[in-house]
Amino acid sequence: MGYPHQSHPKETVVLSQYFGDAEARSYDGWVKRGGYRALETALGMGREPIVDIVKASGLRGRGGAGFPTGLKWSFMPKEVQKPHYLCCNADESEPGTFKDREIMRWTPHALLEGCAIACHAIGAEIGYIYIRGEFTDPYAIMEKALAEAYARGTLGANAMGKGRRLDLHLHRGAGAYICGEETALMNSLEGKRGNPRIKPPFPAAAGLFGCPTTINNVETLAAVPHILNRGAEWYKGLCLSNPKSTGTKLFSVCGHVRKPGNYEITLGFPLKEMLYDLCGGPPPGRKFKAVIPGGSSVPILTAAEAEGALLDYEGCVAAGTMLGSAGCIVMDDSTDMVYQVMRLAAFYAHESCAQCTQCREGTAWTTKILKRILAGEGEMKDLDLLLDLADQMTGKTICVLSDSCAAPVVSGIKKFRGEFEAYIKGGRRAATA
Amino acid sequence: MSTGGQAQGRAGGHVAEVPKVFVGEGRKELDATLAKYPTRMAGLLPALWMVQRAHGWITPEGMAETADVLGLTPAYVKGVVTFYTMYHQHPVGKHFVQVCTTTPCNVCGAEKVRDAFLKATNAKRLGETSPDGNWTIIEVECLGACGFATPVLIDDDFIESVTPDSVAALVARYR
Amino acid sequence: MSDTVKLTIEGREVEVPAGTSVLEAAKLAGVLIPHYCYHPALPVAGVCRMCLVEIEKAPKLAASCATPVAPGMVVHVGSAQALAARQSVLEFLLINHPLDCPICDQAGECELQDYVFQEGRSGTRYGSYAKRFNPVEDFGPDVLYVGNRCILCTRCVRFMEDVADQAVLNVSERGDRAYIGIVEAEKLDHAWAGNVVDLCPVGALISKDFLHKARAWDLDKTASVCPGCTQGCNIMLDTRDNQVLRVRPRPNPDVNRYFICDTGRLGYAWLNRADRLEVPMLREGDRLVPADWEKALKRVGELAGAASGPRHPWVGLASPGLSCEALDRAAALLKANGGVGAFRVKEETEEPLAGVSDLALRKERAPNVHGALEAGFTRDWEATIAQARVASLVLVLDEWRDGASDGVGSAPMIYIGTTLPEGARRHAAVVLPCTNMSEEDGSFRNLRGRVQRYFQARTAPGMARPAAWILEAIGDVAGVSAGAR
Repeated sequence: MGYPHQSHPKETVVLSQYFGDAEARSYDGWVKRGGYRALETALGMGREPIVDIVKASGLRGRGGAGFPTGLKWSFMPKEVQKPHYLCCNADESEPGTFKDREIMRWTPHALLEGCAIACHAIGAEIGYIYIRGEFTDPYAIMEKALAEAYARGTLGANAMGKGRRLDLHLHRGAGAYICGEETALMNSLEGKRGNPRIKPPFPAAAGLFGCPTTINNVETLAAVPHILNRGAEWYKGLCLSNPKSTGTKLFSVCGHVRKPGNYEITLGFPLKEMLYDLCGGPPPGRKFKAVIPGGSSVPILTAAEAEGALLDYEGCVAAGTMLGSAGCIVMDDSTDMVYQVMRLAAFYAHESCAQCTQCREGTAWTTKILKRILAGEGEMKDLDLLLDLADQMTGKTICVLSDSCAAPVVSGIKKFRGEFEAYIKGGRRAATA
Repeated sequence: MSTGGQAQGRAGGHVAEVPKVFVGEGRKELDATLAKYPTRMAGLLPALWMVQRAHGWITPEGMAETADVLGLTPAYVKGVVTFYTMYHQHPVGKHFVQVCTTTPCNVCGAEKVRDAFLKATNAKRLGETSPDGNWTIIEVECLGACGFATPVLIDDDFIESVTPDSVAALVARYR
Repeated sequence: MSDTVKLTIEGREVEVPAGTSVLEAAKLAGVLIPHYCYHPALPVAGVCRMCLVEIEKAPKLAASCATPVAPGMVVHVGSAQALAARQSVLEFLLINHPLDCPICDQAGECELQDYVFQEGRSGTRYGSYAKRFNPVEDFGPDVLYVGNRCILCTRCVRFMEDVADQAVLNVSERGDRAYIGIVEAEKLDHAWAGNVVDLCPVGALISKDFLHKARAWDLDKTASVCPGCTQGCNIMLDTRDNQVLRVRPRPNPDVNRYFICDTGRLGYAWLNRADRLEVPMLREGDRLVPADWEKALKRVGELAGAASGPRHPWVGLASPGLSCEALDRAAALLKANGGVGAFRVKEETEEPLAGVSDLALRKERAPNVHGALEAGFTRDWEATIAQARVASLVLVLDEWRDGASDGVGSAPMIYIGTTLPEGARRHAAVVLPCTNMSEEDGSFRNLRGRVQRYFQARTAPGMARPAAWILEAIGDVAGVSAGAR
């Protein structure tokens, strides 16, 4: 069920099966729906067999980077010499993305179970779930679920009576997009400014508190119990296009569609079908103009490009963009692309952590130029300047926030240049500015 | 869109004695929190949430107390406070309203929702508390509920699908 | 050999220890990769992105400060791609910079100026936007923060946090609103805080003491050793028009790394004192009358002749601020005349720099305590004073505090000093003007036994001569040969 609407037959409902089902939130309700079976199985297994299953399933990180999850887990030291930690990235803050929020709101125990299994598989006794500060409801729901799981002995010093310590803690963020970046999240959890760290060292070598750490997205971890219950082959079989992209994926669709919301589809699903069949197409009397399929940080597609794209990691790259966090922002022909590109740049300027020069200065400068264009005071050479700045903001910094600012600017100018030129030539005034 | 800025001074003549946060129950809560982490520093964000809950904003006194109890310097604490936009560096109205105006909500008319809040609360401009002291409205970047445009946080209440037309009734509910 | 790595930087092959950063390896190859946030004494931040270089086979440019060398690595510093990236960083750093070099103390030794001049763009593309404004802030006793010039390299924050272990500075806010912050309740008043001024690669942190005093290019720089305590920090004396205007650390990995304390940094005024003893003087009744060196030394010779012999010991009272050369000669004179010497030293609280082992503003606030001990002077001041009462001759060597020159007993006193204290004016038989440490070449022995040279930075006033020269001359007229030393 693609809450808040009814499930569509073309969806493959795994993670979202109980979205909207309030009873699934409770411990008993979750167990009744098959919950915590996978954890019990896992606790009876060694670390390596679990990692192998996840590897074989083809599960890839659902936070945006798409790194193979089993491989990531296998980087953790075999011998536990220092404490190992799990971090669950529930800082969901990529504009356009709102899937993790639904997982936590409706199936909190699915996440707890996934975290517990991951802890066991990576040799960790402690896992932290970092939830963005604005998610007040999901936090309260997770808090309640966590208390239940402890009360039932599913977590704690002797998890499920199997003699294994598994502790999960919630950690509340306080308003910073960049804390969704894994090393920034670790700094934030440690009580620091959320500055991304230089890599290497990678988290598996020195992550949280300087110890080996695995960090996974909410959706990634929530998928793990299903994989353990139903097998790697089953998960691997969920694939409509490229065999490197397996399983189901929650797509958060927002903006100008008739039925915005979360849709769970098998990877490789055509974007066009999602937009028209699942989401009901554009609002009445409108046409699609642009789609940002992977959260605001990925290149913008024109409607025509979007309609030919397949929704998996490779398909999005082939279409000239990225799957990212699968936050699909849809814009119809009423959209002022110049204004929206400015609004995205302003977002990144606001969220830049201030470490790297290109990002700190570049995101703000880019925003200023775009605002000037919107005010009718731009010059043609401003477009070249924007592209040149974007080039220097790409691939030069510690993290990719600066690249993320550049991506919509570059694709916006390349694909909707006429709109920018209309402002510069004085033929157009901002409707919203 | 920025909500903070050093140009604003400290709250005018803030001299009132503020109660200690980390005493009695507060101390117990902090100690329970600290038990989850291997370092005291990791308790900083939770401790600051406690300060904000107790004082309504991150007071200099609260920062100093936090620094003291966690073995940090006040300057360090302030550096962290100013990084995170949800910590109020200045006193705010009785109700603090955060309207998401980032692109996905923006294309759905979030700026009209923002304007409707300003109008309904008599707050003159963003970040400036309404004359009756009840409302502070700010724009916020992506609240992570883009499919429910426009999401608004009123204090800790997360409200989905707010439209310009639904603002007046919403504001009335909080009076 | 597995503990070294061979790589090529700008076409030069170098072999460096494994784990060296590309930036440091380049230094060894004679290539300076421009950088701001990197400093060898601070943890790597990798934030300014100025040190980006092209490494063959790497997918993107690498920050050379944060990239360890690897065998066979081929690094291009001046390639078009790397240069474009650095030009871009410079442009980004300049868009909000006030370009107030004409009134900035850093001008002339500013790394932003230098690198822009070296490889920056010739013009700005920023246009007419207002620049970011931050008010000048008073950070502490000697440090002003000019936020408009700040490039957020965070060297100062890292120094206070990681080296001084007193995190009174922070990065406040985010994005282009960020600035270096301090809280009202705290001050940048750590005993070593002034180092943030040296560490700042631009004119954002400046010394109040040096504010608008001189242009960097008008300063003469002389290698010296700090006279403030027994640590022996290596310093540079910056002079203009024969005045010391600034003291800065001179890197020495074995003594003070890159740092000096504020006491050493700011305690130079006495070197410039105008009320100096400039001419030898001889006692005529109750007056001292000026004389030339020849007459003065002749008088010294007469006094020495009358006072020589083992039954008539000499006594020396010396300042532990004199050079090793002076103290050695003084000790030889005393020894030849059966005498003894002593010194006193002012003691105050020791102020260590937490992040550097064996570096502190030492308790003993004189540079050559260990030179004096090595020469044979003792700390036994009271006993030596007692001996002075029965001595045949008393040598007072720039020891003017607390009445040391008041005359002890009836023996004639030869006073060698930089100034003329009241006691010497009343009691000395001969007064000989000597130079202070900024006016002579010499050496001090620090508390770890390291003898370090310092060089003349200013011309001596009037007829003043280095104490070592004077004592050598006294040796000559007193018939104490160099062999006795």
